Amino acid sequence: MTHSIRIGSGLGFYGDNWEPVVASIERGQVQFIASDHLAELTLAILQKDRQRDPSLGYARDVVPMLVRLWPLMQARGVRFVCNAGGLNPKGAALAVQTALATKGWHPRIAVVNGDDVLQQLQAPDAHFDNMMNGADVTSVRERLVFGNAYLGAQPIVDALNQGADIVITGRVADAALFLGPLVHGLGWKLADAATPEDFNRLAQGLTVGHLLECSGQGSGGNFGSQGDWQNILDLAHIGYPIAEVWQDGTAFITKAPGTGGLVNFDTVRQQLLYEVHNPHAYFSPDVVLDMGQIELRDEGAHRVRVTGALGRAPTDQLKVVAGFRDGFKAEITWGFSWPDAWDKVQAAEAMIRSQLKERKMPFDELFVEYPGLNSAHGPLAQLPPAAELNECAEIWVRMVLRTPVKAVADGFGRLFPWMALSGPAYTCGFQGLNNTSELLGIWPTLIPRDRVQARLEMLEPSA
Amino acid sequence: MNTPPLIRIALARIAHARSGDKADWVDFGLFAWNEAGYRIIEREVTAAKVQAHFAPWLPGHVDAWPLPNILALKLVLHGALQGGGARNLRLDNLGKAMGAALLRMEIELSPEELEHAQKSPRRGWWPAA
Repeated sequence: MTHSIRIGSGLGFYGDNWEPVVASIERGQVQFIASDHLAELTLAILQKDRQRDPSLGYARDVVPMLVRLWPLMQARGVRFVCNAGGLNPKGAALAVQTALATKGWHPRIAVVNGDDVLQQLQAPDAHFDNMMNGADVTSVRERLVFGNAYLGAQPIVDALNQGADIVITGRVADAALFLGPLVHGLGWKLADAATPEDFNRLAQGLTVGHLLECSGQGSGGNFGSQGDWQNILDLAHIGYPIAEVWQDGTAFITKAPGTGGLVNFDTVRQQLLYEVHNPHAYFSPDVVLDMGQIELRDEGAHRVRVTGALGRAPTDQLKVVAGFRDGFKAEITWGFSWPDAWDKVQAAEAMIRSQLKERKMPFDELFVEYPGLNSAHGPLAQLPPAAELNECAEIWVRMVLRTPVKAVADGFGRLFPWMALSGPAYTCGFQGLNNTSELLGIWPTLIPRDRVQARLEMLEPSA
Repeated sequence: MNTPPLIRIALARIAHARSGDKADWVDFGLFAWNEAGYRIIEREVTAAKVQAHFAPWLPGHVDAWPLPNILALKLVLHGALQGGGARNLRLDNLGKAMGAALLRMEIELSPEELEHAQKSPRRGWWPAA
């Protein structure tokens, strides 16, 4: 345990709040901030941006975020890694460079590319079965809109080794955003990892990355319990998690002093298992993690010691997430008041179903739920009997049409307005006259590692 | 010998949980506050019982892994999101509230077990309320 580095959590998704990162930089003694802007579906949003404007396709919040944070980081020598590049890392890097240059700041910016494998997925002879249900990619090939492999930490390590202050990637494994700085800063073996010790250190680093990649979820935010969440104080000023990681892999999760939230055994382990499947084989491009021996131990207030992650060599395949066009949806919501609110909602739904039929509007599904009654728990929510529902002050209904035909989706909201004067009485709050959006199916698959080539580019300095 | 009658309680009385999504799967971490609680959830919260609890909306099966090192169970529900969050029509298209639905699942235990689990100290450090 000769020396350690400290790395702080940036955003946990595109749209997250970067203000808590200020405390980590100013008072958290971090050398690195790593920021995850890409949820599984974010590339679908970015794809729509890129269709409108080829210079877009990245998570645009990275620009104002760095305008706010870069001067604070620069003054303390803090370096920044993020995947905000999305489908266009170079575009993101240029936008950041331009915005910072107008303020007189000129950091060295690195771009990591090479995750886009859409063309390989579209090749006529390609075999990319859905890794969750085994389906053949030919069923969706014509409808694919993006396909990106999850890269590992190596290009991030290379960028930092070459002196980058800011590293902007496309799709990389979320935890690799953190593992990269750890490998760089602690001199761990990555490409040349061979011994159990090498892989266990990487497994510790992957664990740290996983604990930090969802911002406040690692420090008391979104704590799922009945009671107790009230004892997690000042969430409005939450401190995002910070990891102190030692050369032997021992890690401590903490947060900046004077911030809200809670770092303890309970909040940290809720994040440890978040979106993990087999906990004995948590795959990443750099190491396969077994959580079965992990020990989490509170060491005083807001400080959890993490040890015992077991690692083994990664497989020769990388995960790919692709998205395909899967029809359209249009939705309305509408409120119905007492008396007989429940019966009126049922009558409205019946009239809409008959109109869809009479107008021969093709659709796959009309989904109906009742916000306030069963939206959160679906069929597990027990509805009171109709007589009781009719006595409710109000019942809200949300109807969603799923159809392969865009014009049908566009026309769905138009089926409702006549009811305002010619349907059941005492309604309010209709929304959804024009409310079509495209649905995307997710296609998770695997690709041989040797068919994906990560590329690192250092931007020409802005001054 | 008389065995005391068992009682039914919601999991929320002795555990906490978080849900997440990957494509069409919803996953849960379910956490007991202490060892006594862990012995109960490990016995009561089987893959089959979780599948039965979610049966009204779950076309797929359930995987379960015990993690005694952190007093937790890992549960994965297959086929729980109508094909995935970007085509799911529910307001809760990512299953963010399904962790709460798990905490409403009822389990069976003796009153003594419940009392022991609720009175045993927590492993985690919590600031004085």
